[in-house]
Amino acid sequence: MLMTEQIDTPDKQVEIDTFKEKAGIAAAFVTEIATFEEAVDYTVDLCGRQGACRLKVSGCEEQLSEGAEQLCETKQKKIVAAPGLPEAEYRVLAEKCRTHGFECLDSGLRSNLAGVDIGFTYADIGISETGTLVLNCRSEELRLATMICEYHVCVLPKSRIVADAFAAEAQLREYMSNPSDYTAFITGPSRTADIERVLTIGVHGPLELHILVLEG
Amino acid sequence: MQEAKNLKMYRQECHESLENDYLRTALDKFAVAYKESRSKAFAGFDVEQLIEDIAQMKDDVLLNLDELYKQFKAQAEAGGVVVHYAKDADEANRIIIDIAKAGNCERVAKSKSMTAEETLLSHALSDEGMEVTETDLGEWIIQLRHEGPSHMVMPAIHLSRFQVRDLFTDVTGAKQDEDIEKLVKVARREMRQKFVEADMGITGANFAVAETGTIGIVTNEGNARLGTTLPRIHVALMGIDKLVPTIGDALKTLKVLTRNATAQQITSYVTWVTGSNECAAAVDSKKEVHFVMLDNGRTEMAKDPLFSQVFRCVRCGACANVCPVYRLVGGHKMGHIYIGAIGLILTYFFHGPDKAKNLVQNCINCEACRDICAGGIDLPRLIKAVHTRIQDEDGHPLPSLLLGKILRNRKLFHTLLRTAKWAQKPVSGNDGFMRHLPMVFFKEHDFKALPTIAETPFRDLWPTLKPQVENPRFRVGLFSGCVQDFVYPEQMDAAVELFADHGVDMSFPMNQSCCGLPVQMMGEMKSSRDVALQNLRAFENENVDYIITLCASCASHLKHNYPALLENDLKLKDKVASFTGKVIDLSSFIHDVLKVTVEDFEGDGKKAAFHAPCHLCRGLGVHDAPRNLIKEAGMDYREALEEDVCCGFGGTYSAKFPELSAQLLKNKLDNVEATGAELLLTDCPGCIMQLRGGLKKRGSAVTVQHTVEALAARRKKKTPGT
Repeated sequence: MLMTEQIDTPDKQVEIDTFKEKAGIAAAFVTEIATFEEAVDYTVDLCGRQGACRLKVSGCEEQLSEGAEQLCETKQKKIVAAPGLPEAEYRVLAEKCRTHGFECLDSGLRSNLAGVDIGFTYADIGISETGTLVLNCRSEELRLATMICEYHVCVLPKSRIVADAFAAEAQLREYMSNPSDYTAFITGPSRTADIERVLTIGVHGPLELHILVLEG
Repeated sequence: MQEAKNLKMYRQECHESLENDYLRTALDKFAVAYKESRSKAFAGFDVEQLIEDIAQMKDDVLLNLDELYKQFKAQAEAGGVVVHYAKDADEANRIIIDIAKAGNCERVAKSKSMTAEETLLSHALSDEGMEVTETDLGEWIIQLRHEGPSHMVMPAIHLSRFQVRDLFTDVTGAKQDEDIEKLVKVARREMRQKFVEADMGITGANFAVAETGTIGIVTNEGNARLGTTLPRIHVALMGIDKLVPTIGDALKTLKVLTRNATAQQITSYVTWVTGSNECAAAVDSKKEVHFVMLDNGRTEMAKDPLFSQVFRCVRCGACANVCPVYRLVGGHKMGHIYIGAIGLILTYFFHGPDKAKNLVQNCINCEACRDICAGGIDLPRLIKAVHTRIQDEDGHPLPSLLLGKILRNRKLFHTLLRTAKWAQKPVSGNDGFMRHLPMVFFKEHDFKALPTIAETPFRDLWPTLKPQVENPRFRVGLFSGCVQDFVYPEQMDAAVELFADHGVDMSFPMNQSCCGLPVQMMGEMKSSRDVALQNLRAFENENVDYIITLCASCASHLKHNYPALLENDLKLKDKVASFTGKVIDLSSFIHDVLKVTVEDFEGDGKKAAFHAPCHLCRGLGVHDAPRNLIKEAGMDYREALEEDVCCGFGGTYSAKFPELSAQLLKNKLDNVEATGAELLLTDCPGCIMQLRGGLKKRGSAVTVQHTVEALAARRKKKTPGT
């Protein structure tokens, strides 16, 4: 990779450390990993042992209207959604999921709108000033995976971390210069303070955001 | 929403809000927490520079608005979006209804948009038989209650978890718990189903980026992401003021927007949508996208030399967060659809004078909003200007006209003040307060004791008081203002003694009059201008280094408002600049110019609290000088909570909204008494009048003095003749 030599410079290390700190402040869980395989292990562990994957998605245990109840019923499996991965990586993840009894999807998310347990994606840019992930997600499947999942696991290669939004400006402009584009800034989990200003996590989007900062 | 027909009805409504304990407690907590977290969010930033940059960028947008709109439209349409221009709210709603009908839409999932609130879009769609669901949690809650938002960013801040529980019980048909986390989960599931069913998603936009035709949407919940992804049609409704030239401009604005709005470094989500994206539910998997750009009076406003700055507003809502009146009455009373200081102004332009006429009078002019505005908008000035316009259109009320007429004639004004001394005789006590109020005052004014007019005004004392100062270090002109001249001449006297000790030669031009702020507050701009000119003339031949006033409100008005008041007379430009350049407040003069030290005083360690007058801390940006002086003069300075929040005086405000004024005063005095101070010092006679009156009423032992009185009383006496 072109940018690998930068990773060892002190400035780069500051950016990485700041990213981790700021993402943590925004209530994301940040872990450093050395290989893609570690990301797979992390995800499967989260899904199984740590109980991220359940048959019932969050909120379905509450007293709901009939329509909302019916939508809940449509989820019958523990699901990891990972659209947009390189084929070889998807195969590794899917195989691991299969051995643990979880379904792994890379498409068809519209048939799973009740929710999926884990959305697994890469980030295109990490902005250290605010701990923000940038995902260029023109594909609807990729977008949905990050929106309807209960937990979002996102792999961020160190080389993609920049100091602030302005350092990403040229890249953003390039994305948006495409006739159609959908670019998301994601900082921490979905949140609201609309009832009595009490901070509450997970209103429409993910309840947790796990960022795996990958060597390289 | 504003339904009150007149000021009396409006006052009654405000009074009812004041009695809503839940609202009051919630807003009090928020006001305190917000200030603290905002300053943390901005730590390490040059906030002023950032705000200046945004103001400049937005002002430049105005100069190129047509070009930017064309560029935005061309870029967006190249990506398959249809861009519409709506001249007013009805047209915007019509366009969106037509889109919905053409697309056979029955269900709409709507994200939060102040612009859609402005056009009452949800109502318009419902009237056409469509099912509209607000998907922002707060908006959904108020939709279920058939209310408008009470805050631009937190629309349901006025409601408790118990009220939300009852609403959700109704809507789900199942009994709900008041546990907030559970309520949020219920909303998550109910709304997910609405998203799945929706044919159309409606959002607002925080940015319309001209260079790429992109819109940027700032949210925390993630509903706008679902709303722009799941339904087959997406409509974004935004004001044309959302246009920015480049993505860089949007990023810069974003930096201030989230920090000012909710004290967040950034929100959970910022979504950038360009062109028509992939959507499996749509024909050919291409989403149908419409951007509706609303004018509704915006270009008209942009052409106005004064009001064009309103265009800089980024809708962060911070002006409400710091407004002491908002904090008392909430957004339903401190706004129509738009809330807070900016709401008072926008209501006039978007919803007409009838909705704005009462609202604009509810500004106490404390300048907290101007201090925090992300676009550097001079909000208090614009509010007064709207008030003036409405009075010019509708006719000026009698008291306002009268005061205006009286003030324009200094001799008449001063004669009336002198006569008032005799009129008060039967009701005044021996302690400088009225024993009971004359009938002309309403009973609502009874929350504070009112001072009596002094036996002899300062202007009559001056010829005998004026000290001879040999080889003066400075020559200064004294500007007394009405209150110190006619009510508290002893404060002027204290200053004169202190100054004489420090080699300051003084003059007191007799033709000076009221500074004019009271009539400006009442929307009498003509009188305000006349009085300004009169004061300018009174001082123009005085050969002085400084013009000193003991009244922070006078000082800030003389210094900052006179240039604007007299700007039309170009011949006066240099004279105005020379005059305003010399104006300085009492504490700054003693601290920064005379540079007094502990050696100049004999301290007694008395416990002293300080009240920071609005026009001192925000109007003039003076913070350290008075507090340092208190310490240097050997007093034991006790810091009170919220020292810089308004005491509720606000000049004529306390007469117009006595209930609100009384509550602000109570909060202030509670904080002062909690410090255990024996003395309460401040730099403004108006505040002194308010604070003394309140303490007297509650029988408190705390003494209120002007800072200069406390300093003069502790000065080391010079040997006569030196």
